[in-house]
Amino acid sequence: MEAEANSGSLEDSGAFIQRPGEGCRTVPLAGHVGFDSLPDQLVNKSVSQGFSFNILCVGETGLGKSTLMDTLFNTKFEGEPATHTQPGVQLRSNTYDLQESNVGLKLTIVSTVGFGDQINKEDSYKPIVEFIDAQFEAYLQEELKIRRVLHAYHDSRIHACLYFIAPTGHSLKSLDLVTMKKLDSKVNIIPIIAKSDAISKSELTKFKIKITSELVSNGVQIYQFPTDDESVAEINGTMNAHLPFAVIGSTEELKIGNKMMKARQYPWGTVQVENEAHCDFVKLREMLIRVNMEDLREQTHSRHYELYRRCKLEEMGFKDTDPDSKPFSLQETYEAKRNEFLGELQKKEEEMRQMFVQRVKEKEAELKEAEKELHEKFDRLKKLHQDEKKKLEDKKKCLDDEVNAFKQRKTAAELLQSQGSQAGGSQTLKRDKEKKKAPHHPTQAGSVAGSCCKLPNCMVKGAMFSGLL
Amino acid sequence: MFCFPAMGHRHCCALGPMDPMRRSPSPCSSRPSSPRTPPCEMLGYVGIEAVLDQLKIKAMKMGFEFNIMVVGQSGLGKSTMVNTLFKSKMWKSTVQGLGTPTPQTLKLQSVTHVIEEKGVKLKLTVTDTPGFGDQINNDKCWDPILGYISEQYERYLQEEILITRQRHIPDTRVHCCIYFVPPTGHCLRPLDIEFLQRLCRTVNVVPVIARADSLTIEERETFRRRIQHNLRTHCIEVYPQKCFDEDINDRILNSKIRDRIPFAVVGADREHLVNGRCVLGRKTKWGIIEVENLAHCEFPLLRDLLIRSHLQDLKDITHNVHYENYRVCRLNESHLLPRGPGWVNLAQTPAGPLAAPQPSKACQQDQEDSKDDDEY
Repeated sequence: MEAEANSGSLEDSGAFIQRPGEGCRTVPLAGHVGFDSLPDQLVNKSVSQGFSFNILCVGETGLGKSTLMDTLFNTKFEGEPATHTQPGVQLRSNTYDLQESNVGLKLTIVSTVGFGDQINKEDSYKPIVEFIDAQFEAYLQEELKIRRVLHAYHDSRIHACLYFIAPTGHSLKSLDLVTMKKLDSKVNIIPIIAKSDAISKSELTKFKIKITSELVSNGVQIYQFPTDDESVAEINGTMNAHLPFAVIGSTEELKIGNKMMKARQYPWGTVQVENEAHCDFVKLREMLIRVNMEDLREQTHSRHYELYRRCKLEEMGFKDTDPDSKPFSLQETYEAKRNEFLGELQKKEEEMRQMFVQRVKEKEAELKEAEKELHEKFDRLKKLHQDEKKKLEDKKKCLDDEVNAFKQRKTAAELLQSQGSQAGGSQTLKRDKEKKKAPHHPTQAGSVAGSCCKLPNCMVKGAMFSGLL
Repeated sequence: MFCFPAMGHRHCCALGPMDPMRRSPSPCSSRPSSPRTPPCEMLGYVGIEAVLDQLKIKAMKMGFEFNIMVVGQSGLGKSTMVNTLFKSKMWKSTVQGLGTPTPQTLKLQSVTHVIEEKGVKLKLTVTDTPGFGDQINNDKCWDPILGYISEQYERYLQEEILITRQRHIPDTRVHCCIYFVPPTGHCLRPLDIEFLQRLCRTVNVVPVIARADSLTIEERETFRRRIQHNLRTHCIEVYPQKCFDEDINDRILNSKIRDRIPFAVVGADREHLVNGRCVLGRKTKWGIIEVENLAHCEFPLLRDLLIRSHLQDLKDITHNVHYENYRVCRLNESHLLPRGPGWVNLAQTPAGPLAAPQPSKACQQDQEDSKDDDEY
């Protein structure tokens, strides 16, 4: 009587009679339902969203990359021409908002600055590859977030790479070959011959053939315009045969006949940019913008990005199936990696802690040593001080003794004197004493003694001594 | 801003958050202009708008997919309605004979057809739910349905996170669920409210008043107002959801639709002669109810909403909102995706116990949990 709860996969539970999506047959409609407006609904949604298109221009400095972009989109993009003195290859990226009737396009043009200017060009391709990978990485990060906003994400992945070939007329340079080889699995490459008004028509055909054969023999996969849909198959097929396009760029308008046209004027004639007999600019514009823009984006997303994603995830160690062919082992792999990582972290933490403890111990020991030394020093100094003090006390004692002895003698002498004043013979004794004592303190004694030589000399001397003490 | 979703030709619209589960920043309108992207004037025709034709060609070549689910008690005319909507015999109308017992359990049936009109191919999958609400004790009768919906999300998610994935992931997710409300004339029943509450969080729900030929026009209006009141009281957001209106035009258009939801519909797959014209209708003794006559019933409104104007929008909301919500729940609970030391930008999640994937129930619990995830 109770409803069966669905708790397993579709195959396990008996709640479903027929799986969705299987056994479909075409059913005829008895009237107009109205879902033929679906493509329009889709288009309206996209229009309100706007589109983004990213072009990467790779080529040596001075090949006319910025001019060509200006010509292609009929507008003047900002930017000064680059110098030839760049130390390495850098990529300069600019984004612009273009609006045509109700379609808004967010166009990003990335240009290589300093490509081919260095003496050692071995690493010239690296910044380009890194840039492309960085865009893929950013998208992948966004896609793997838990809370993500993919529908509002500004897609910065490169959709088309225009590779500018210098119009030497001979063959591709080795730098070109190497760079294109590195880029062909990451981006849609459309090679173009720049400044092609420098090559005559016959040379051009030979040049194109040479380039194509070189590309084929080196295994470089350039972008082929899609030929599977009937509406565009024909035009794309013919265009594929014209690759690489020989283009000329010019933003100057000259009056030719009675119309203003984009052209370049030479003393021997005028080259019209939009004249198909003069160059392939119109073809390039057709292919790049008017016919295949959507396909370029599709290829970038479904082929190049998927390849990058697969490589990146496999690098991280994720697989779709176990060696035992058990599906969805992402979980276990992830857990294992996570535990490993945590374990490493813990180990590092332990190490750091131990090192810290050791350092603390060492420092402690050092400090103790210093403390001991200080104590010793203090003791030494104290001892010294005490010794000094003792010495001084001894000396003081000596002097005290002397003073006492002198006092005794003085009293004895006074006694004698009082006795001697009756006898009269002690004078000589006193004079002797005087003579003895006088040279000890000549300056002070002399002045005082001189003035009162009549006083008993010992009293004077006593006063002097007490004054001194 | 335009960018590809996970796979395929589906293009997305900028949508806002759906409370209370997704607390992302305010809804982004189409293409915010930043100071870094100066608008450029083009001096001549370039041909950018040709991309629209390219889009159309691509879409027509790939074909479209649409998955619809009809939910309601038996006898409300679900199968007939589907047949009327797509003007073909999708289903044989189920007539319970006296001998066949009522189904004891809720079994979902899916049928897929490819229909074509003016070069546009549509792969239509209709999922029926016979037995819904038919038992005496209908407790948890929504579980198989929720389970089925989650199952489709799960399938898509598993395809999406494969290392080597297909160019075009087959989309079996339910884009729209039509809920048939029996024409009692009073208000929504507890079963309806329960079901709608649970479902409107995971899928786009369009409620309709079934068998509306048993109600007069005034009764229909009162019933509709009461149902709208019920929906508001219980905070049930049916399609078109107010929080996903992009701009003022959308809001005006959708308000008109919201005013008429739920549509009072009548389904019929027989044709009758009325005034010399052959129309689909129900013949009764007191007249013929023309299905496609707006004065008789609101079937044309439903058909226009579902097919002619909002089909792409239904798909977009399913993909951008409901599927993403499911994905967030799912990834939080089982740490499916690589988030090792090299991935710097990814949101941090608390290390939780590895739960065996149980999408339907665990997801609902996690919907409450995700309210606490303030750090995202």
